[in-house]
Amino acid sequence: MVHDLYQEIILDHSKRPRNHHPMEDANREADGYNPLCGDKLKLFLKMEGDVVKDASFIGAGCAISTSSASLMTESIKGKTREEALKLLERFHELLTTDVSVSKDLGKLVVFCGVRDYPARVKCATLAWHTLKNALAEAPEPATTE
Amino acid sequence: MSTLSSAVTASFDVEKIREDFPVLKQSVHGKPLVYLDSAATAQKPYQVVEAIRRFHEVDCANIHRGVHELSQRSTAAYEETRSKVRRFLHARSKDELIFVRGTTEAINLVTATWGRRNIQAGDEIVISAMEHHSNIVPWQMLCEEKGAKLRVIPMNERGELLLEEYEKLLNPRTRMVAVAHVSNALGTINPVRQIIEMAHRAGALALIDGAQSAPHMKVDVHALDADFYAFSGHKVFGPTGIGILYGKRKLLDAMPPYQGGGDMIKVVTFEKTTYNDVPYKFEAGTPNIAGGIGLGAALDYIQKLSPDHIAAYEHQLLEYGTERLSEIPGLRLIGTAREKASVLSFVIDGIHPHDIGTILDQQGIAVRTGHHCAQPVMDFFHVPATTRASLAVYNTAAEIDTLVAGIHKVKEIFS
Repeated sequence: MVHDLYQEIILDHSKRPRNHHPMEDANREADGYNPLCGDKLKLFLKMEGDVVKDASFIGAGCAISTSSASLMTESIKGKTREEALKLLERFHELLTTDVSVSKDLGKLVVFCGVRDYPARVKCATLAWHTLKNALAEAPEPATTE
Repeated sequence: MSTLSSAVTASFDVEKIREDFPVLKQSVHGKPLVYLDSAATAQKPYQVVEAIRRFHEVDCANIHRGVHELSQRSTAAYEETRSKVRRFLHARSKDELIFVRGTTEAINLVTATWGRRNIQAGDEIVISAMEHHSNIVPWQMLCEEKGAKLRVIPMNERGELLLEEYEKLLNPRTRMVAVAHVSNALGTINPVRQIIEMAHRAGALALIDGAQSAPHMKVDVHALDADFYAFSGHKVFGPTGIGILYGKRKLLDAMPPYQGGGDMIKVVTFEKTTYNDVPYKFEAGTPNIAGGIGLGAALDYIQKLSPDHIAAYEHQLLEYGTERLSEIPGLRLIGTAREKASVLSFVIDGIHPHDIGTILDQQGIAVRTGHHCAQPVMDFFHVPATTRASLAVYNTAAEIDTLVAGIHKVKEIFS
């Protein structure tokens, strides 16, 4: 049922997104765009060496994409680049495969309902695609296509 | 709750019409399907499904060439559709009707043939602020190729074109005015008769994108004096992959062919090819025969119901829907033109259309969410997207009640 998708924590983070502001002293930035719905977001990272010291985002999207960006910024803070990329991989598995949920995901498991809504997977992954580009410093904006 | 004027409902047995649409008799996520996405594609009555099945089972052959019985039958059925389209659009001759894949290809045919031959650097093409991407991009591509200029008729906050601004755009360099008859994103019915007349006074031609008008109202290309008129089969209860470009005979005669190949020729030698007459000059290769035959059955269906009766019924439904949706706190209708057809596009404070679409779907309600291939319209109203409920002749007031209940449910989840 629809409450499996819109769990309390997702609704909470969509209404009051955390880390939802530009970052003056960011040293990595990337843009994400979902052409299907027109959602756009900009991700800011402050890296200290290999560690994500701080993360924030701006942009407005649906409840799934906003809460996903919000929870992602929370969960990558303090992680190394490699750990963040590992988390991305786990998150992607959670949304697209039937494998049992990995315990490393923490709060991010609330997105497990998304796999039953294939049209919405891209909403949940937009922030993560953007993260990948920010960490790689790709010149192109991330797109979900 | 459901109150449509008895005069309209009496002349119109919607339940009987719904019986003709097998797809409507199903449950989605355990709820009866409420299909409110006909502006994207209309459902098909079994008469259309049956005509296509019959073609494949009984008559299947290639057309225009074979002398054998099946080819004769197939050719007759396919060409009969051209006559049906002529009656449907009130064209003078069936030679003015070209089979294409849909409205998009129809417009691209005009830009690629008429446009390439007639547009020069410094010329101007006028479109409107509410066009579908398919009536923007082909013109943009032509302008880029030729060094011509694309100009845009602005609209007001209701989603109505500003004709006095349009008048100012027209000048001796204007070659073409291309506008939608009905906006897919807003539902606005544009005063195309007047728009065409103004274009002609300025010495320009006019192309009308009829994708959203053909399913909902009587179309008379002759009375409109349109130079080109395009529509898609799948939006008039026909199959996908078939559509029509109407063009005035003298324009079509002067246009170069679109694609080269079989059927569009009279004589081919390695030195020179003589092209076929209109409309075949524009129809290279084996066409979508089954689609053409299906379109014929779809137009029969519309004619049987009568385009005027369809328009009257849908207007009642639209008024009822407008009234019911307007009562919902925090809901804003996008597109409130005084002349409107079949579209209820809206946004709700603080709730993204994609979330609305998913939650409505869980209740069996199919709506479209997104930019509706009209990103400039979204930019104008400062919204990233809208939710669009679009109506067709098989929809009911009770379904609008279900939609309203569904929206309340969305608001409850996000409260």
